[in-house]
This record gives sequence, C-alpha cells and structure tokens, in this order.
Amino acid sequence: MSEKNNHAYWQANLRLMLVLLVIWFSVSFLAGIIFVDFLNQFRLFGYKLGFWFSQQGSIYFFVVLIFVYTWRMNVLDKKFGVEEE
Amino acid sequence: MSAQLLTYLFVGASFTLYIGIAIWSRSSSTKEFYVAGGHVSPMANGAATAADWMSAASFLSMAGIIAFEGADGARYLMGWTGGYVLLALLLAPYLRKFSKFTVPDFVGDRYYSQTARLVAVVCVIFISFTYVAGQMRGVGIVFSRFLEVDINTGVVIGMGIVFFYAVLGGMKGITYTQVAQYCVLIFAYLVPAIYISIALTGNPLPMLGLGSEMADGSGVYLLDRLDGLTTELGMAAFTAGNKSTIDMVFITAALMAGTAGLPHVIVRFFTVPRVRDARISAGYALVFIALLYTTAPAVAAFARINIINNVDGMIYEDAPSWFSKWEDSGLIAWRDKNEDGVVQYRGGNALQPAKPAFTGERGASGERLLGNSFTASENELYIDRDIIVLAHPEIAQLPNWVIALVAAGGLAAALSTAAGLLLVISTAVSHDLMKKTFKPGITDRQELLFARIAAAVAIGIAGLFGIYPPGFVAEVVAFAFGLAAASFFPVLLLGIFYKRMNKEAAITGMITGLVFTFSYIAYFKFVNPADNNPDHWWFGISPEGIGTLGMLANFVVSLVVCRFTPPPPAEVQALVESIRVPG
Repeated sequence: MSEKNNHAYWQANLRLMLVLLVIWFSVSFLAGIIFVDFLNQFRLFGYKLGFWFSQQGSIYFFVVLIFVYTWRMNVLDKKFGVEEE
Repeated sequence: MSAQLLTYLFVGASFTLYIGIAIWSRSSSTKEFYVAGGHVSPMANGAATAADWMSAASFLSMAGIIAFEGADGARYLMGWTGGYVLLALLLAPYLRKFSKFTVPDFVGDRYYSQTARLVAVVCVIFISFTYVAGQMRGVGIVFSRFLEVDINTGVVIGMGIVFFYAVLGGMKGITYTQVAQYCVLIFAYLVPAIYISIALTGNPLPMLGLGSEMADGSGVYLLDRLDGLTTELGMAAFTAGNKSTIDMVFITAALMAGTAGLPHVIVRFFTVPRVRDARISAGYALVFIALLYTTAPAVAAFARINIINNVDGMIYEDAPSWFSKWEDSGLIAWRDKNEDGVVQYRGGNALQPAKPAFTGERGASGERLLGNSFTASENELYIDRDIIVLAHPEIAQLPNWVIALVAAGGLAAALSTAAGLLLVISTAVSHDLMKKTFKPGITDRQELLFARIAAAVAIGIAGLFGIYPPGFVAEVVAFAFGLAAASFFPVLLLGIFYKRMNKEAAITGMITGLVFTFSYIAYFKFVNPADNNPDHWWFGISPEGIGTLGMLANFVVSLVVCRFTPPPPAEVQALVESIRVPG
C-alpha cells in the first residue's frame, strides 16, 4: 500500500481515538470524580447520578467504547484496504 | 452435606479439571510456551485475560473495601476497568502487529538498545514478583479458612497445581486453564450475589438490585436505607466520598495506566491470530471483567446492610457461628466497652491501634480479650475488610453449597493470576535474558528447557513469599500499578505514537518515572510512615496515586531528551510505520 494511503488511514484512526478518549475521560474523571457531587443532586432510579457514574455507568461506557472502536476500525481497515487475510 | 465436605468436593473437582486441561494442552515449542502458538480465539483470550487480570484482590478484597469505604471505592472500579479502553485503543493492536513474545522484546527492538531491554526486564520481574506473592498468600488463606489445613500446606498445594500446568503447558496450558478458572470464579461470585439481591430487593440482577427499593415493603431505595443506617450509627454516609478530588483523580489514573502497562496483561494479546482479534479480544475481556466489577459494589452495599442489621445490638452469647469462627481466626474482634454483653457497631475505630492484639484469654461473655487500649468511640467492633466476600454468604444464611462455591472461586482467581505472572517471569528469564542477551546461540529446545526451569524456580520463590510473607507485600502490591504506569505505559505509548522517540529518551524517561515513584512510595511507607497523611503529601497526592505524577514526569523528560538527541535509525522508523497498519 502507498505511503499516502497509510498516512490517511493513520489520521482517521487518530481522529476516531480522540473522540472515544474524550468520552472515556468524561464518563470517568468528569462525571465519576470531578463533578460527582454536582451530579449527585439528580437521580437515576435508586442511584444518585454521580454515584451511578462512578460505580456502574462508567464501566458500561468503557465496554461500549471498545466495541465501537473495534467496529469502526474494521470499517476503516476495509476502506483503506489494509485489512488482514 | 456439611459446608466443609462440599468445599473439599468443589475444590477437588475444579483442581481435577485444571490438571486435565494441562495434560491435554502440553507445549512442544517456545512459540506454544510463550504465546500459545498465536492462535487462541479472541473470546477464549478475553476470558483468559479476565481470569489472568482478576486476582485474589479483585475477588476477595475489593467488595470488602467498597463495603467499608462506600463512594471512595470507585477508584478501584473505574481504575481497573478504564485501563482496558487505553489497552484496546492505544496498545494491544500495535503490539500484536509487532508480533514478538514479550514486552521487553518490544522495548529492546523499538529502542534498538540492550540497555533499554534490560531495564524493561528488571521492571517486569520486580512488578510480577510483588504481585504474585499476594496471590500465593490468598491461596493459603482460603485453604486455611475453608479446608482447615495449615496456611503453609495450602500454599504448597497451590504451588503444586500451578507447577503442573505452567511448567508443562506454558502459555497454552495457562490459557485454557484460565478460561475454566474464569467460569468457576464468575459463577462463584454471581450466585451468592444473586441470592442476596433477591432476598434484599427482589431483583435477581445485583447491578440493578443496588438501585432498587428494599423488598421489605417500605418503598425505600436500598442505597437511601444504607445511607440512613450508616449516618444513624455515626459512620460516614455510604454514597458520600471522603477522599479529596485530586487524590481520587490521580489514583484512578495511576490504576488505569498501570493496568494498560502490566506485562502479564499485555502478553495475553500476543496469543491471538490477528490485529483485529486483539481489538475485539480486549472488548470481550472487559465484558467478562465488567460482570464482576458491576456486581462488586452491589455485594459491598448488601454486605454492609446485612452486617449492620445482624451484628449491631446482638447479644454476644447468642452470636451465630460465623461470628465466632472469624473471631477465632482473628479477623473479627469485640471489646465490650460498656460491659452490657451486647455488640455496639458504630462509627470510628474501636481499638487503638486499629488491628486487634489478642491476649489469649476469654472475657465475661466468652469473647477473646484484647491487649489493645480502646478509643473514645462507642464502637466495640473490629471487622477485617478481607472477610466480606468469604463471610457474606454465611451472614446471609445461604445454603452450604454456595459457601463451598465461593472457596473454589477464590482459589481460581488467585491461581489464574499467579500462573500468568509466573509465565511472564519465566519468559523474561529464558527469552530476554538467555536467548536475547547472554546465550544467543541456544536452540529452540534449549530455550524451552530454560523456560520450564525458570518457571519452576519462580514458582518456588513465589511459594516462599507465600509461606514467609515479607511484611511489605500487602503495601507494595497496589504500587505495582504505580510503577507500571510510571515506567512501561509512557515508553510503549510513545514508541507507537511518536516516531521521533529514541533510545536516550526512553531510558531516561523510564528511569525517571521509576526512581521518582519508587522514592515517593518508599519515603511515605518505609522511611517516614508517620508523615503519610495529606498534610505532607505533594499537592495532596497519596503514594497510591503518585504513579500518575511519575508517568507525567516520564513523558516530560522523554520529550525533552528526545529533542536534544539524534533520531532513531531509519529501520526503526520503518518498524513504527509498519505496526500502525494491520495488513
């Protein structure tokens, strides 16, 4: 594959990563720690919202993030013709 | 059948299974011994990674810590799962494409330097040994408590089992036993949690039960009831945190980066066939881990409610058998401060110092007397956090087979992690030290023999740590993460994402991160433990979270040194280009 194509693939990968890592940071460090007291004034069923993010929600988001990354990367691999056998 | 007989049965059956798998999956080449031949299916690797990763600490200790700390326990929940996002996005696929056997392999080749390789080997061995000592101790504790054998005998039995499948099967044997061990441990964790969730809330899913109303018809949410109970008894409310925000951020970040940088987790991703398998495999691993990690806070809250309801106001002479059994093991202690024969469970430490020192005599109600002086607090009870997961099924009066299952699960968690760590140690010795450094001429068969010998020796040393635990093990295990975060994570990350990164920067960066983190921890833990409090910490960061600062120091030093030293050779830059593309 050409160098230019590989470069474009890498840039697309970095953009995707950046978006997902922003979400990763927001659900854990922001919602689960830094703004936890603020969010605790809202409720999600029997949970205070901040508490839910820090002990349940962030973990669910983490799982989804990895599967979204896998799915989007498989699409990118095909689009740039760099997929494996 | 009695709980003890059932425990023998369950533990015996699970051990037979592990040995059977070991015989079926013997390794005959170094590639099979190091990376299971490189053709493990992504889902099997996910389950093996989950078992590899979830140690005695996750299975036995974590829910106990959350039960007593409440909201602050979130640092472990987020830290030990969030690291997988970093691993899946930033490291695993590229290291898989590199397709070698060990983490020092990558460091040595990417930084074209034997020095860098050796620094990495030292880190790997140090991190893995501190970690494995704790696992062997966990094996011993489960044996002594449930099978009533001596702790040392328990350690020796555990060593024998690990020896069998690690030395015989290497990574191949370990991988498939870990899949079985994952099934045992998750079943053992979920069954009691589901029982208790139904009893307390009527909801069979513990992760939802935690947010449900109590089943007693009061219409009160479980967490609100728990906050009420804890504040009523003068304890901190369960859902309120006590740690400072900056410390929580730094500890969580250190655990995340440390998770992504732990060598025994990274090598698991060398065992799948393709780059895309490495990505999805990290996803499966996190699903399997999340099953336990989203259940743990529910177990913690349920246990806290059950303990308060069962213990506070209990007449000591009528105490249930679990209470006196754990008192006999020294993990529960009661001091009848007001001499009424009734247990008062309140906020604050009961004893001074906090850990009980038994005199060997019995008091007026038959309790074990203590040499400790006691605090002004009305609290009369000491409960060790580590017993929560093991004792909770008995506290909640679950059937005997559930109690037996928990013992088998705890052993599966400890053994699977120990095996993964031992393999990493043996690979570092036979591959990185022998083959790549001292005796490059050896054949594959000789290297395999070295690997088996190194694994056997490592198991022996780990067993000695279990039998004669150095006092510092418990302190140090949590810091293995800080050290991994400060050393490996930046070096691996920059090695992939920054083509200009060179060997001078990598070596100075790793050493800066390690020395800084190690010194800070050693100062507050061993040199001057009296000062180990927020007033003396830098920026209010505890030794637990300092790995994050060490990691930042590593990044800064690396990037600065890199600017003033020559760029890496063209073939290394080409290597970086090639690992960025799967096909």
